[in-house]
Amino acid sequence: MSLELRGLSVDIAGRRIVTGIGFTVPDGTFAGLLGPNGSGKSTILKAIYRVHRPAAGQVLVDGKELSALRPRDVARRIAVVAQEFTLEFDFTVTELVMIGRTPHKRAFDRDDDTDRAITGQAIERVGCQHLAHRGFNTLSGGEKQRVLIAQALAQGADHLILDEPTSHLDIRYQVEILELVASLGITVLAAIHDISLAALFCDTVHLIADGQLITGGPPQQVLTAATVHAAYGTEVLVIAHPETGTPHLIPRRTRRPDQPAPQTAPAPDPPDAAGP
Amino acid sequence: MPPPCQRAPIAGRRLPLPAVLLACTVLLLVSMILGIAVGSVPVSPRAVLQVIADHLTGHPRYSVADAIVWEIRLPRVLLAALVGATLATAGTVVQVLVRNALADPFLLGVSSGASVGATAVLLFGAFASLGAWAISAGSVLGALIAMGAVFLVSRQERALSPTQLILCGVVLSALFESVTSFLIFRGNPQATQAVLFWLLGSFGLATWQQLPIPAIVLAAAMAYLLAQGRSLNALALGSESAVALGVDLHLLRRNLFIVTSLMAGVAVAVSGIIGFVGLVVPHIVRLMVGSEHRRVLPTAMLFGASFMVLGDLLARVIVAPQEMPIGVITAFIGAPLLIVLIRRRPYLYGAAG
Repeated sequence: MSLELRGLSVDIAGRRIVTGIGFTVPDGTFAGLLGPNGSGKSTILKAIYRVHRPAAGQVLVDGKELSALRPRDVARRIAVVAQEFTLEFDFTVTELVMIGRTPHKRAFDRDDDTDRAITGQAIERVGCQHLAHRGFNTLSGGEKQRVLIAQALAQGADHLILDEPTSHLDIRYQVEILELVASLGITVLAAIHDISLAALFCDTVHLIADGQLITGGPPQQVLTAATVHAAYGTEVLVIAHPETGTPHLIPRRTRRPDQPAPQTAPAPDPPDAAGP
Repeated sequence: MPPPCQRAPIAGRRLPLPAVLLACTVLLLVSMILGIAVGSVPVSPRAVLQVIADHLTGHPRYSVADAIVWEIRLPRVLLAALVGATLATAGTVVQVLVRNALADPFLLGVSSGASVGATAVLLFGAFASLGAWAISAGSVLGALIAMGAVFLVSRQERALSPTQLILCGVVLSALFESVTSFLIFRGNPQATQAVLFWLLGSFGLATWQQLPIPAIVLAAAMAYLLAQGRSLNALALGSESAVALGVDLHLLRRNLFIVTSLMAGVAVAVSGIIGFVGLVVPHIVRLMVGSEHRRVLPTAMLFGASFMVLGDLLARVIVAPQEMPIGVITAFIGAPLLIVLIRRRPYLYGAAG
């Protein structure tokens, strides 16, 4: 149930956005995709769920090349929780999760007991039974995210792609959602904004900058002040989480209140030296 | 397992579909009997049923009531029902196709193209050899040309994008409308009045011969759309979600475009341009049964038919013995009804939760 990228490159409107990405997400592990805004994280994910077609390279699911599979068969193996999900039309939670069964059904198939059972279990799994008959648009951000994960679970795929599942959520829901995802026991690849949170939950992380893979591996090995600086171009302190020992990032100010000119940043010219 | 989300449940349980469909069917039958019974010469509902029963059993009586019911009012009511069902269904699908609540079946250029064709027929006698079918032929041809133009212009790397579809539809509609205006400007005043009346839509010229084609188109389109019910639900979540759910997006969009254009084109050909039904009925129906397409489509079909039959009835009665253009009635009933419903359900259409 592994997910493997081999030399993946993606062009959008004639411009190369992602170049030669290669890594493997082993069976049942939770991999995080990290990198600054615009580094190509979403593009990599979209190439996996076939919104973008790779210009070069391959995506393999359990060793099978994705482009050789029919769209339905891909959807049975890979479920997606996309970023920025807005719903123009009014669906209840149950109806929305039931849509996850789409790749398993043929034209005139009705929803049968199996579908209803799977839908019910998925909603229960994310702890939203009491919301089953609510309209999706009436839910809070954290509740919406859980329902979308339930839809992905109902899809019955053993791979899950998440694009920024915790952005716009407060800290309680960030932890809840990632705890939920980590507990699913399926192969997960998620683009995550918050590096420390990713380090806390992911088995491996992959650091992307300018469409290229900088480094990848267990968070303890990958996330250092040097690699973070290389990817994000910013100075951070990396400490160990007191409970888990995972790397935790502490941002640094380029200019500290008690120290007008810190050594880490270029010192501005003193005002009296500005004139000729 | 995370703790359950904290908030008291608000009732949002859906009405059972069989009950909704039964209610809509009863509404449609009552509307149709009323539509046949009421008019300049009233016929009692019992007599209406008697005439229909006589014809269905093969023993027509050739009375005055028989002629009024069977030759004039029944085809008219049936045509109104067919067109209402077609426009409501097509509107539902177009709104999902372009993911825009303001869309209607005429968004994609069909009506403006049809106007050019019909205007050419009425003003300059094009297709005169086809006799009574000339207007239909002209409008279908115009609709096909407009639809083809929108389809070609809005294609990007072999994909139809919703925004491109809306823009190209609106722009090309404006272009075709200006052609219609030009033709009217060049035409003679009497013929111009006929054009204006046609543009407003009417069922006044309904005959039995007009019924088979819209009926076949509606049945075929409905069968296709119901088969695609799940794909339509996936498409309603957005194009990326649809792809992630295994839907062949390019194929689906193209087919939906063709099916809805065909439906709108046929509706325009038999009854002119009747606005508002294709915009309003889908929203009313979604407020009743939600957005699940396997629920919305059959409900919209039945409710759209009833809406149009009642609208046509009002159009005949309000300023009798004259007839109001049906488009006036559909807008006058539809607009306030929709506003009331929207204001009672603020969470619909992406309002903040």
